[in-house]
Amino acid sequence: MNRLTYTGIFVVIVLLIVAVFAPFIATHDPTAQNLALRFAPPSLEHWFGTDSLGRDVFSRVIYGARISLQVGVIVTLISSFIGVIIGSIAGYYGGWIDKILAGYIFNVFLAFPGLLLAIALVAFLGAGLWKVVFALCVIGWVGYARVIRGQVLKVREMDFVQAARALGASDFRILFVHILPNSIQPIIVQASLGMAGAVLSEASLSFLGLGVPPPAPSWGTMIEEARGLDTLYNAPHVLFFPGIAIALTVLAFNFIGDGIREYLDPKQRKR
Amino acid sequence: MRGRLKYKLLNLLNRFGLILLIAWTVVSLVTLLIEVIPGKPSTAILGENATLEQIEQFERKHGLNKPAFFVTFSDDGIKWNGFDNRYASYFSGILRGDLGVSFRTDRPVLDMILERYPNTLKLALAAMLIAVLIAIPLGVLAGTHKGSWIDNVASFFALLGISLPSFVTGPFLVYIFAVKLRWFAPTGSSNPEDIVLPAITLGSALSAILTRMVRSSVIEELGEDYVRTARAKGLSETVVIYKHVLKNGLIPVVTVLGLQLGVLLAGAIITEKIFGWQGLGTLLLDDGIAKRDYRLVQGCVLVISMTYILVNTLTDMIYSLLDPRIRLS
Repeated sequence: MNRLTYTGIFVVIVLLIVAVFAPFIATHDPTAQNLALRFAPPSLEHWFGTDSLGRDVFSRVIYGARISLQVGVIVTLISSFIGVIIGSIAGYYGGWIDKILAGYIFNVFLAFPGLLLAIALVAFLGAGLWKVVFALCVIGWVGYARVIRGQVLKVREMDFVQAARALGASDFRILFVHILPNSIQPIIVQASLGMAGAVLSEASLSFLGLGVPPPAPSWGTMIEEARGLDTLYNAPHVLFFPGIAIALTVLAFNFIGDGIREYLDPKQRKR
Repeated sequence: MRGRLKYKLLNLLNRFGLILLIAWTVVSLVTLLIEVIPGKPSTAILGENATLEQIEQFERKHGLNKPAFFVTFSDDGIKWNGFDNRYASYFSGILRGDLGVSFRTDRPVLDMILERYPNTLKLALAAMLIAVLIAIPLGVLAGTHKGSWIDNVASFFALLGISLPSFVTGPFLVYIFAVKLRWFAPTGSSNPEDIVLPAITLGSALSAILTRMVRSSVIEELGEDYVRTARAKGLSETVVIYKHVLKNGLIPVVTVLGLQLGVLLAGAIITEKIFGWQGLGTLLLDDGIAKRDYRLVQGCVLVISMTYILVNTLTDMIYSLLDPRIRLS
């Protein structure tokens, strides 16, 4: 693992601490308005300044980490769980089960532009944190399923699996006790890249007004509010800080994903 | 030879069948999405105070009084509704090129979409052009100066382009070029120069990906024998790189371009929203979702996703025709 990976891990640890201890780190109530103090520049009292409603941008960015990571972690956990189950069943049983799952269902989900499907789902279901989570899981699971299917296809032909079968182990036991633990590594890479994707998708949906409804301080919502010309003229810093927060988070998870991939695949390391 | 042809035909049929299946799924999904709306569409459009007559008239006009699907499941068991249901009629409408009538404006949805389609296509193509114009020189510079500060700067910009989402890049560009420098209008799509900022925003991620590809392609090709030959016969470095290296190095880049056109068309939704660009994305978001015009939302989702699927399939097919190595594997 290289320096960038460690930088990524460092940033993610900081983000986690910020998200967990947000009430202690934030200097103000993230939703408290103060119309007398609109568009204040960064100062000792308001480190990142204030927005068009006089809310403290620093506290909103801090609380925004909570929403981003919450959505990211939940979506990654659920969609990797579903993806691993479906993908391993496709890979292990093969035959017509694999034809239907990998040949048809995976292809349908891969053929659809992911964000558009999420937008459509949220548009019909209505906005809200859990609906966003649902929509992102619907588009997210197939990435994991595809990766794990490939792994299971490889591992199921190995000698120790044949040995387990010869000993009379059940399909369930062979798949979940013998094959899966030996196929799970690439899922870690996928999960790290998936975290970046989920954080980005949540911010995109919130930016479009289809995510976590205001006044909750999602970074996407903050950028949507900051891009009004009124704010851009008077207080560009309101746009700057949530933008940096999103970019840093996405970069950090991508660095970690790339780093782990290199670590797991020594062939890539030399390049 | 005949076996080869048969294999090719089978492959084509297989692929065509899969596209049909995918298209059928997408259409079904879009058709059935309207059934998951909490409450009735008529209440969403007409409001809580609509009279029964108004609601009835609205539902008859848009076919909402028909049963949703071929069968209905209830406590009394399964009931067969016949072919006069919403799913079947939306489907047969599509086959006749009819996407229904907008809930809000009473205009045919297909007309509204066709009006905006050229704008989105224009934006996606402009974004691609900008991405190529940035990526090729930058990638060549980085590749020929591997490890130098030029390479580092180019790699840094590529990393930035990949990690910054368009809804961050876009407003930043508006701030710099519209608010500070006043070179462009912050939003709009009526003047010819209005396309510049949206195209840069939409193309920046692609230009970053391409820069990396061109760089590694150039580095790889520079190690080939034909480059040594070209240099040995006294060709200038410019000719070697732009006439020989790039010609070979651009093959993978061209494939990625095709596949990315679909991504650009879908990604244009956010960019259009940022700049108020009058394309399919703003039609979907501002006229469809914001006004709860569900018929329009259905149409937009259908057209955007089918375009995406078709572009990707075509790229795949053209590429396998051009490069025999892909065809065999």
